[in-house]
Amino acid sequence: MAIVRALEKLEKISDTIWELPVTYKEGMRVPARIFGTERLIREMDEAVYDQVSNVATLPGIIKYAMCMPDGHSGYGFPIGGVAAMDLKTGVISPGGIGFDINCGMRLVTTNLTWDDVKPHLTRLVDRLYQRVPAGVGSTGFLKLAPAEFRTILEEGAGWCVRSGYGWEEDLELTEENGCIKGADASAVSQQAISRGINQIGTLGSGNHYLEIQVANPENIFDREIARAFGITIPNQVVVMFHCGSRGFGHQVASDNLLVFLKVMESKYGIKILDRELASAPFDSPEGKKYFAAMKCALNMSFANRQVILHRIREAFSEVFGRSAEDIGMHMVYDVAHNTAKLEHHLVDGKERELLVHRKGATRAFGPGLPGLPARYQHIGQPVIIGGSMETGSYLLVGIPSGAQSFFSTSHGSGRTMSRTKARKLWFGQTLQKDMEARGIYVRTASWPGLAEEAGGAYKSIDEVVEATELAGLSRRVVRFTPVGNIKG
Amino acid sequence: MTHRFIEEEATADIAFEATGKDLREVFRSAGDAVMNVMIDNLDAIRPRESRVIEADSEALDLLLLDMLQSLIYYKDAEQLLLRVRQIEIDKLNGIWHLRALGEGERLDRERHHQRADVKAVTLHDFRLEQVDGGWLAHVILDI
Repeated sequence: MAIVRALEKLEKISDTIWELPVTYKEGMRVPARIFGTERLIREMDEAVYDQVSNVATLPGIIKYAMCMPDGHSGYGFPIGGVAAMDLKTGVISPGGIGFDINCGMRLVTTNLTWDDVKPHLTRLVDRLYQRVPAGVGSTGFLKLAPAEFRTILEEGAGWCVRSGYGWEEDLELTEENGCIKGADASAVSQQAISRGINQIGTLGSGNHYLEIQVANPENIFDREIARAFGITIPNQVVVMFHCGSRGFGHQVASDNLLVFLKVMESKYGIKILDRELASAPFDSPEGKKYFAAMKCALNMSFANRQVILHRIREAFSEVFGRSAEDIGMHMVYDVAHNTAKLEHHLVDGKERELLVHRKGATRAFGPGLPGLPARYQHIGQPVIIGGSMETGSYLLVGIPSGAQSFFSTSHGSGRTMSRTKARKLWFGQTLQKDMEARGIYVRTASWPGLAEEAGGAYKSIDEVVEATELAGLSRRVVRFTPVGNIKG
Repeated sequence: MTHRFIEEEATADIAFEATGKDLREVFRSAGDAVMNVMIDNLDAIRPRESRVIEADSEALDLLLLDMLQSLIYYKDAEQLLLRVRQIEIDKLNGIWHLRALGEGERLDRERHHQRADVKAVTLHDFRLEQVDGGWLAHVILDI
């Protein structure tokens, strides 16, 4: 079945799976699959189709180039892009991971209810705003020697917990236990280290945020799994935050993109349709070096979110006069959005080890898969999907049918308009007042930045998550309502 | 010498076009565009410190990319907001060489009105081309 304009070649596989065949564009090695309801598909900007079909031309790609229901225009890969590569014939591409390597989400419970928090909300948000620096070029409280920073690059969140910035259980509840093996600090440039050394414990800017949310009883979709994830009391307050590897990861990506650009065609004969897809064979010196450096950025980001969690616990403890342990500030999970990782998947009935690129897409392992914390083995992986600051966010769970997308799912709402356009439609200070009147107290480092993040600039999170569930990529557990927000 | 942000492109990020009557001008205006994404009131950046930025590249557009990345680097590594003032661009034995003087000051959260942090300059639809009346750079920044 054909739908609109340039998308005439888009074929409907099911109500939530749409495919561009290999005949759509010269050089495509596999079809491109886009997940979403027809309405979401129609709303996607055309760049998504161009970008996802470009991804389908990359050497060694397995089965499909994919885009999740929250997909939108990116650079190289679309945001929401997923591609699994053969380890011998396939490539690794920084454009398939993103500059903000391991940009990700962390969700933390409390045993407080909205009634407990409401009288203290302003003070709590103000305290969090002081404790977790946000905005352009922000720096954290940790003063690290270069050697210590290099240790963090190889040890990730484990270094933080050993240094007193977290609890042992936090590591079990972080993807890769907060430290991906094989990170090699000698593979990163001095420039990358200089950019990141002062940034651990900082939120950043753009769509990065820290939010206080409430789980209202009517928004619990699966009570049993919600309980297993720690959502146990009516109107329970949780904390969700979104940030990544800051300037360090951005520099690792930038450095290697230029290296790949130089060798890709001359040394390896790889031709690409967008320079942002600059690639090197995974099994090459350049590919291996980037993989080792990229893992350092994964670990830096796990450490960043770990230190931020430490500061959040401090802020709650100060405001409520109780220890973080007493407030029940346990992690639900920490998931990465922008990664390439080695994983085992079934391909045409045979198990194979693949390099799975996810750019603005969340890993969503179903029950029983290796790599899940013991406590979630029989349930599936928690999937944390952040919506806009005005609407809401979700906790989902990985399910067996996620195998169709190499166990990948959506990561957020997905934007519908550019920041430049949003800035013309909304004004930061007015938006802040409007949100406060609606019960959401927000602090920001940037008024224009706040305007650019207005809820109207995003797709409906409810629709994206519903499409995600209909497509069998993951299943809803809890919807959270925002009450306090810190924007970078 | 000017720049404009493009509404219709880069849903999640920021796209801009910078122009100049010659290479030096287009490089300077592209530099200001990057800084203007981060700081709304460019004129509030006082020329108190300077850094020399040097770059070499076989490709002219990648020379521009290198210079823009340097501005982002100083913002993170030293919290230094720089505007490119003097600039020399030469080609010798097939290699482009850039030497620029960036002037500015450390980020002051009171005086410098922040917009959005720039993570990187992407190569997606990155163009530096000669047009009627000078040069045009088309750039998408990762935000």
